[in-house]
Amino acid sequence: MTQHNRFSKGGQIDRTTPQQFVFDGKSYEGYAGDTLASALLANGVRLMGRSFKYHRPRGVLTAGSEEPNALVELREGNRQEPNTRATTAELYDGLTAKSQNRLGSLRFDLLAINDRLSNFFTAGFYYKTFMWPAAFWEKLYEPIIRHAAGLGSLSLKDDPDVYDKGFLHCDLLIIGAGPAGLAAALTAGRAGADVIIADEDFRMGGRLNSETFVLGDDSGADWAAASVGELQNLPNVRVMPRTTIIGAFDHGIYGAVERISDHLKTPEAGKPRQILWRIYSQRTILAAGATERPIAFENNDRPGIMLASALRTYANRFSVTADKRVAIFTNNDDGHRTARDLHAKGVKIAAVVDIRPDIPRSTDYEVLQGEVIDTKGRLGLTFVDVQLADGSTRVLDCGALGVSGGWNPNVHMTCHQRGRPQWNDTLAAFVPGADLPQGMTVAGAAKGDLSTAGALEGGRAAALATLDLKTTNVDLPVAEDAPIALKPFWYVEGCSRAWLDPQNDVTVKDVKLSHQEGFRSVEHLKRYTTLGMATDQGKTSNMGGLAIMAELAGKSIPDVGTTIFRPPYTPTAIGAFGGRHRGQDFHPKRLTPSHQWATEQGAVFVEVGNWLRAQWFPRDGETTWRESVDREVLATRASVGVCDVTTLGKVDVQGTDAADFLNKIYCNGFAKLAVGKTRYGLMLREDGIAMDDGTAARLAEDHFVVTTTTANALPVYRHMEFVRQCLFPDMDVQLISTTEAWAQYAVAGPNSRSVLEKIVDQDISNDAFPFMACANITVCGGLRARLFRISFSGELAFEIAVPTAYGDALMRRIMDVGAEHDITPYGTEALGVMRIEKGHAAGNELNGTTTAQNLGMGRMVSKKKDSIGSILSEREGLNMADDLRQIGIKPVDPDALVPAGAHLMKMDGPVDAAHDQGYVTSACYSPNLGHAIALGFLKNGSERLGERMRLVSPLTQIETEVEIVSAHFIDPEGGRLRA
Amino acid sequence: MIIEHPLLGPRDAAEFTYMGDAALIDRPDWQSQTAAQDFYEYGYLRDNPAGWHKELWFHEAGDRSWLVVTRNTVTHEISTVELARDVARARGRSK
Repeated sequence: MTQHNRFSKGGQIDRTTPQQFVFDGKSYEGYAGDTLASALLANGVRLMGRSFKYHRPRGVLTAGSEEPNALVELREGNRQEPNTRATTAELYDGLTAKSQNRLGSLRFDLLAINDRLSNFFTAGFYYKTFMWPAAFWEKLYEPIIRHAAGLGSLSLKDDPDVYDKGFLHCDLLIIGAGPAGLAAALTAGRAGADVIIADEDFRMGGRLNSETFVLGDDSGADWAAASVGELQNLPNVRVMPRTTIIGAFDHGIYGAVERISDHLKTPEAGKPRQILWRIYSQRTILAAGATERPIAFENNDRPGIMLASALRTYANRFSVTADKRVAIFTNNDDGHRTARDLHAKGVKIAAVVDIRPDIPRSTDYEVLQGEVIDTKGRLGLTFVDVQLADGSTRVLDCGALGVSGGWNPNVHMTCHQRGRPQWNDTLAAFVPGADLPQGMTVAGAAKGDLSTAGALEGGRAAALATLDLKTTNVDLPVAEDAPIALKPFWYVEGCSRAWLDPQNDVTVKDVKLSHQEGFRSVEHLKRYTTLGMATDQGKTSNMGGLAIMAELAGKSIPDVGTTIFRPPYTPTAIGAFGGRHRGQDFHPKRLTPSHQWATEQGAVFVEVGNWLRAQWFPRDGETTWRESVDREVLATRASVGVCDVTTLGKVDVQGTDAADFLNKIYCNGFAKLAVGKTRYGLMLREDGIAMDDGTAARLAEDHFVVTTTTANALPVYRHMEFVRQCLFPDMDVQLISTTEAWAQYAVAGPNSRSVLEKIVDQDISNDAFPFMACANITVCGGLRARLFRISFSGELAFEIAVPTAYGDALMRRIMDVGAEHDITPYGTEALGVMRIEKGHAAGNELNGTTTAQNLGMGRMVSKKKDSIGSILSEREGLNMADDLRQIGIKPVDPDALVPAGAHLMKMDGPVDAAHDQGYVTSACYSPNLGHAIALGFLKNGSERLGERMRLVSPLTQIETEVEIVSAHFIDPEGGRLRA
Repeated sequence: MIIEHPLLGPRDAAEFTYMGDAALIDRPDWQSQTAAQDFYEYGYLRDNPAGWHKELWFHEAGDRSWLVVTRNTVTHEISTVELARDVARARGRSK
């Protein structure tokens, strides 16, 4: 019989919409409005999973997001989602789910052997057991543990769905749409405030949907539905069901995950699966309700044993009973409600067991004063053993046991900004403390007002106070207002295998053991036993552990304190945090103006500082990147090449103090640089370490153009603004980044001048435009441009810049007019080879540890002026006799490899870190020299040219004999530059 | 966090880059007899208080102002936000 545990009527389910689903390969039917858990219970399925450590059979414990046990793998294939709580997974037609953490079937889990070995797997078993012998860890223990660990499994396939991010602003954010949240929303919404009300459930109303209380003339559920309907019609209220507020952050900012499509088999076209919202709120009312807590007793983890309030939720909201015969174990009046509700629906109440002497009697069922001391039933509860107050015992025949140990207000969000909750003796629970996040008020059960009337009143009052309203336009219905009647009771005396944290298999015995072994701080208890470290973060288990710890230490629970509550409130998919930033869109992509042209040439691109730069341009017949790069280098040095250098950072510096400003940021002098000249500049950090290098071109007395390396464009600009605004605030100087305003191309090689002469509108002969000249010019008959005679390659070279919009056209024109010289486009690899051949330092050399001295530019640091880094560059530690110096390296065997990162050692003596002489920073094959070459740093290197050394790379097992040479492999006199 | 920019109003902290102690404004005199020691202290000895702290924030994704933000590092409460240039001038910096 299907759905044999479903009542014939009632509940907030749609019986006209049956929905088929599959759990562990077996088909079942439920209704729209069900969760996976309620639908499984309706079909008599109590066994839903296995515990983490002992692989004990487990069923559902709760009816909400605090569920520790009923975790499943939801969906199949690319959309498979592990560790999904069956209690919050909304049922849809065609849903498939699998139980997890089992070897074999759920009923016959082979790893259930762990349960028999439980003495071995007590608290701290990792630390105690796997310490010795040491070699066993890697070979034996770890592989076994890795295999057995974890709950659900990943599909390892790409998630095909989209996750979005969004921003919302409101006057008032209301967290939770139970009686308190709805009363607050009605009050604020009718008063015209911009309100967001969010609730994690797909049906708003909180406990109103789970109870049989009436509100005025309506059922609680109907009142909630009517209220939600009104709110949805208010234009100033945004009603967000299926939305979990996951954290309270600084200054009224909240994170929220809205599950747009999780209740559908596949998202609707164009819709994301989830949206991660950042909500900026002026004020917040936390109305997150309370969570019932269990009582620990021997074997309290069998399927069928659940929270009393969850039994009510299943019965009243989902019209389901967990079994035909139910018992209750409670320490408070609230537990009796479950017996009354279930009895009214025709469920046989085996007995209500209450630990208190003065207990409410019933004429409908038996009420016993006593304690549950053990349970039976391998894959699900069959019997409950009760010890009565007079010492006698009773056996109750039942398939479900509802347990109520009282309610814990959901204070989590009040603690995300380091707030500490306060102890409340009446509730025997923590309630929000005084140190709430900015703008937050707490109302309803989250504050400790557990009655419905109290929650409604509290919600309305909070909204009035928050919005500073004098009168209200919300009349609250008459509602249940029972007082709290509870005797604190955490665990049954003498129990040991009594579960506190069922997911992580932490028992009363484990907590006692950790205390015995000296773990006295609650944070230590948590980490040693893993209590509260499961996916539910101890929502049902932490209080029990604290209470036992307090008792053992002879302290009160508030003296022991709680562990710190941290976001997220419930597990959140990594995909939601990633949003659309994945794959190609992981970060923004910057394209140069001639990107399209480079693509047409078949360029291979590389990412540099978010830019895509052409790395090389393969031609037909070239099978390796080296062939292309060698050809580009040789062609450039033989005739002419062109390279897109748009990505270099460009900063326009203007003002009467522009030259003085450059004197501050560069270690070398700029005051005397003539207009129309360019100079290499080295920038130091204030600690004397090289930061970046580039050129500064003086276009006018009060106008320079500074270039930075591509990767450092942003930090250098930031640094320049710091110097300008914070250190020299009265300098007349203005900065603006023009990196994206100008397209810039390097034209290099002996024929570069004759190519450019066909484009530029002025004389660029060596006399008219010598090495290091710069000018504002025009090209192609009037287009404004900038020309710099600078060279990174070591050849006669120019860099020409035009406004971005003309970059593509200029590149095509250069290629056209250069055709007669067989002009060759080259990429960043050829650029790199040529600068290594020339001995120019780049990012590998300016690596954040090197000084001007190391780079062989020590004399550039002017002592006659104040510049950033000049004082600390004189520190003794940076000026040792055997300091590293930049040198060139070539292998003795011309066929040998010289890997970057390899270290230099003396020809004799040990090869170890203590005898390290230096290291290789940049290496390449030089097609001009026909062997590998490298740049590197060597102790006292400038005095060691000609020395033979061993180059070792223990990681790649390379050892090569090399010769130390000048870093200038090509044209050391610089004749080509000046040609 | 939300930073109340003196020119632009409330802005999300995500628009800013953080640099740390606003004492970095007080760069020593390079010609002082004790310049080496002064710069060493300036560069390496900084306060890292649990509590109120003046610190430098750069509105990188905004108007490129350097700001001095007085922030409680324990609670993230922000009491004042000033343009760093005004603070620098008030502390006697010029050219």
